[in-house]
Amino acid sequence: MTDTYDVALVGAGHNGLVCATYLARAGKKVLVLEANAEPGGCAATREFAPGYSVSSCAQWLNQLHPTVARDLALENHGLRWAARELASISLDVDGRHLTQRGDYVEGGNITAADSAAFRKFHAKTTRYAKLLAGAFEARAPKLVESNLTDRLTLIKLGLGLKMLGRDDMSDLMRIILINMHDVMEENFDNAQLKGLLSLDSLLGSHMGPRTPGTVFGYLYRRVGEVFGHAGHAQVKGGMGALGQAMAASARAAGVEIRLSSAVASIDVDAGRVTGVTLSDGEQISAGIVVSNADPVTTFERLVGLRNLETDTARRVSQIRCTGGAAKLHLALNGVPVFTGLHQRQLGQRLVIAPDMNYIERAFNAVKYKEYSTAPALDISIPTVHDAQLAPAGGHVLSAIVQFAPYSPRGGWEAHRDTFTQLVVECIARYAPGIEQQIVASELLTPADLERDYGMTGGHWHHGELGMDQVLMMRPFPGATQYNAAFDGLYLCGAGAHPGGGVMGLAGRNAAREIIKRGAAA
Amino acid sequence: MMLTTPFHSRIAAACELNCWGDWMGYTTPNAYTDVELEYFAVRNAAGVFDLTPMNKYRITGNDAEAYLNRLVTRDVSKIGVGRVGYTVWCDEAGQVMDDGTIFHLAENDYRICAYARATDWLHWSALGFDVTIEDETAEVAALAVQGPTSCAALTAMGLVGLDQLKPFGLTEFDFEGEPLVVSRTGFTGDLGYELWIAPHKAEALWDRLFESGEPYLIKPFGTHALEMARIEAGFLQAGVDFMPAEEVVRNGRSRSPFELGLGWLVDMEKSVFNGRRALQQELANGSRYRFAILDVDGNKPANHSFVLKGNKQVGTVTSAAWCPTAKSNVAFAQIEMPHGAVGEELVAEIYYQRELHWTRVLAPCKVIDAPVFSHPRRRATPPGNF
Repeated sequence: MTDTYDVALVGAGHNGLVCATYLARAGKKVLVLEANAEPGGCAATREFAPGYSVSSCAQWLNQLHPTVARDLALENHGLRWAARELASISLDVDGRHLTQRGDYVEGGNITAADSAAFRKFHAKTTRYAKLLAGAFEARAPKLVESNLTDRLTLIKLGLGLKMLGRDDMSDLMRIILINMHDVMEENFDNAQLKGLLSLDSLLGSHMGPRTPGTVFGYLYRRVGEVFGHAGHAQVKGGMGALGQAMAASARAAGVEIRLSSAVASIDVDAGRVTGVTLSDGEQISAGIVVSNADPVTTFERLVGLRNLETDTARRVSQIRCTGGAAKLHLALNGVPVFTGLHQRQLGQRLVIAPDMNYIERAFNAVKYKEYSTAPALDISIPTVHDAQLAPAGGHVLSAIVQFAPYSPRGGWEAHRDTFTQLVVECIARYAPGIEQQIVASELLTPADLERDYGMTGGHWHHGELGMDQVLMMRPFPGATQYNAAFDGLYLCGAGAHPGGGVMGLAGRNAAREIIKRGAAA
Repeated sequence: MMLTTPFHSRIAAACELNCWGDWMGYTTPNAYTDVELEYFAVRNAAGVFDLTPMNKYRITGNDAEAYLNRLVTRDVSKIGVGRVGYTVWCDEAGQVMDDGTIFHLAENDYRICAYARATDWLHWSALGFDVTIEDETAEVAALAVQGPTSCAALTAMGLVGLDQLKPFGLTEFDFEGEPLVVSRTGFTGDLGYELWIAPHKAEALWDRLFESGEPYLIKPFGTHALEMARIEAGFLQAGVDFMPAEEVVRNGRSRSPFELGLGWLVDMEKSVFNGRRALQQELANGSRYRFAILDVDGNKPANHSFVLKGNKQVGTVTSAAWCPTAKSNVAFAQIEMPHGAVGEELVAEIYYQRELHWTRVLAPCKVIDAPVFSHPRRRATPPGNF
């Protein structure tokens, strides 16, 4: 059986759905093929214990691009907010917590000097993030070929850089390639503040505060504020509800979505894509194939290295995409009590990253394929704002755990329980007694995230957001403007420019590129 | 420290002129006695050339054919066992990295002979393929025996039945208990063979060859005589007529197969091979250059000449020689499109020096459609018993 579509899109992740919607609105007949039973990719909600549900991959919404949200009319398609503009609270064992929201920081023995320095730092980095945001909204320019669109992007970037003024410009050029640790030391004294901001620079990555390029990671995250997210937001029903809203919007635009339909291969012939073959053998013809899968999955597994030219195969094989973050989900039979934390603060974003060395030591372990014995955590207790996620009186706690290796020595099964216990004990130092409230728990290691969400290496961003893999280098030279290796083959996921985070720009930019190329696509 | 080949003791003894060159780090003779006499040995009797420095890579494994098919531009599946194929390979920009020959030694067993070192590229290209790649440059000694009496001389040495070997065929003999691989290939455009053997048998092979070849006027020849023969026969030399793409530093200095007149080696029917995407675009958008063989007036070789159309420079000469057998003054040129079509008349701006006096000649020349030397004995099987 052979069906014919204009576009076969591999993966109903959020970028895939965004891309599909724009393409369908431009008149293309689009089929989205998703291996999982639910749309949304990393925007997913899962019942991990009877009655207890959680955002099983991404847990905060803090970067979604407003144009994407508006164009897809997500609120008309069911998106509801459980909470918005949440603060980040860096937990302290003794209860001297530090709270940060926007440019305001309080608690944690912060000095007036540090508060003032942070306001200044925040204002400056916001200006930098604005510059990046502009570059993220267009395709990454090619440097060698002179093309009008690319020149305009470069001119805009260059002009934007110049407009920062001499001091800001030289400072940005100075810090963008260096590490967060050094920049934090230059600016602040407060260990908690430095720890909190450092964690922001490397969440989801395989980097420590002293890793070069982490300042870029921080600015990358701050782009969310430029897009109008003052703090972190929580989607009602969990992130899966966002996936559902996007799928509804796509369907309304005429996109056909087939769930539980895994693509086994992207088919190519004589320099062009011809369609895809599903794991059950069904072939689907399409002149354009768009992959929401990560670049390694796309090229190594679906296209096959043998079908690529040597340079492309080599670049694909060198993409750095080993993740370092795990997810821990706890089902609790009561409200957890954190030392010194008021109940009304419980629904904020809670962070365990007391100082930069704490994070760096946590990172050390993963370099040697070991898990952190004192990991840094980004905790969400979504039931505070959204009771439907747990049975009455119950709560769920979801934590991003930095760091866990993709493949520890001896395999994950030998370590899963020990590591789970270790992370629970780590939380219990801040919330004594929480162990007794646990009804069920689930640990998703990077290997599990790879299996469940098709992310090679379990890396959230489908490839490290290192300076060697961003902008005109993302995912690799020769594939930077969404099209790669074959006529008609496009990338639209986090592995493409600008990168990961539930932002939607990779999907939107890819769709724009495909539409722009028209028949030539 | 320069390397020497396993034939060096014999070559050094024969190299009366002591005129040495550097070929990929190996000490190689530019000329033994007299370049013209060496050249005429190739065209009228038999000449022997040491090609051991040629880079040789062994490709084995279940995916050997698929691997090579992705690597090179032509369809390797059409090179049967016991056959040799000339080909080029390109980078992703469709620019020629090298030319060379593929020897299909046995099922899933190939040897590539290449001008440039290619270890890294061959290994990168192996991603996703079940192949083993071995650099056997130093493990295989090689001699070319070229010229009308080459078959007779080799038969006299004991290679009975060699006359049945077709052009681009390869076969194996026993040589003092070692396998001796013989292919009917060469770089002179004449009847000729190449012999491949383990290094410890190299000197014995040389001695036996010259002993039994004596009645057939066998003679060693060096790089300079080879240069004349290959230009006469229309063969490109990597590093001379094109720059291997990986060695090019300046933008635009490399060439595609189409720009080198080697489009016949490119099989666009293959679904994927290195450079395919770029070559497809080149076919659609046109090439920048055209390879032309020029028949130049007069007898001054047009080495390094500018090629003019009227007063405008439209190209440059990469190789040139007075070709004694064809009695032609030949030049290979890179001509900017749209110039250089067969029959077009151009002018070679030749500079030459006699006794410190420089002279400039504007020699009319014409683009010809084929190499000036092409003898039926190159292709005849069995070859005539000269």
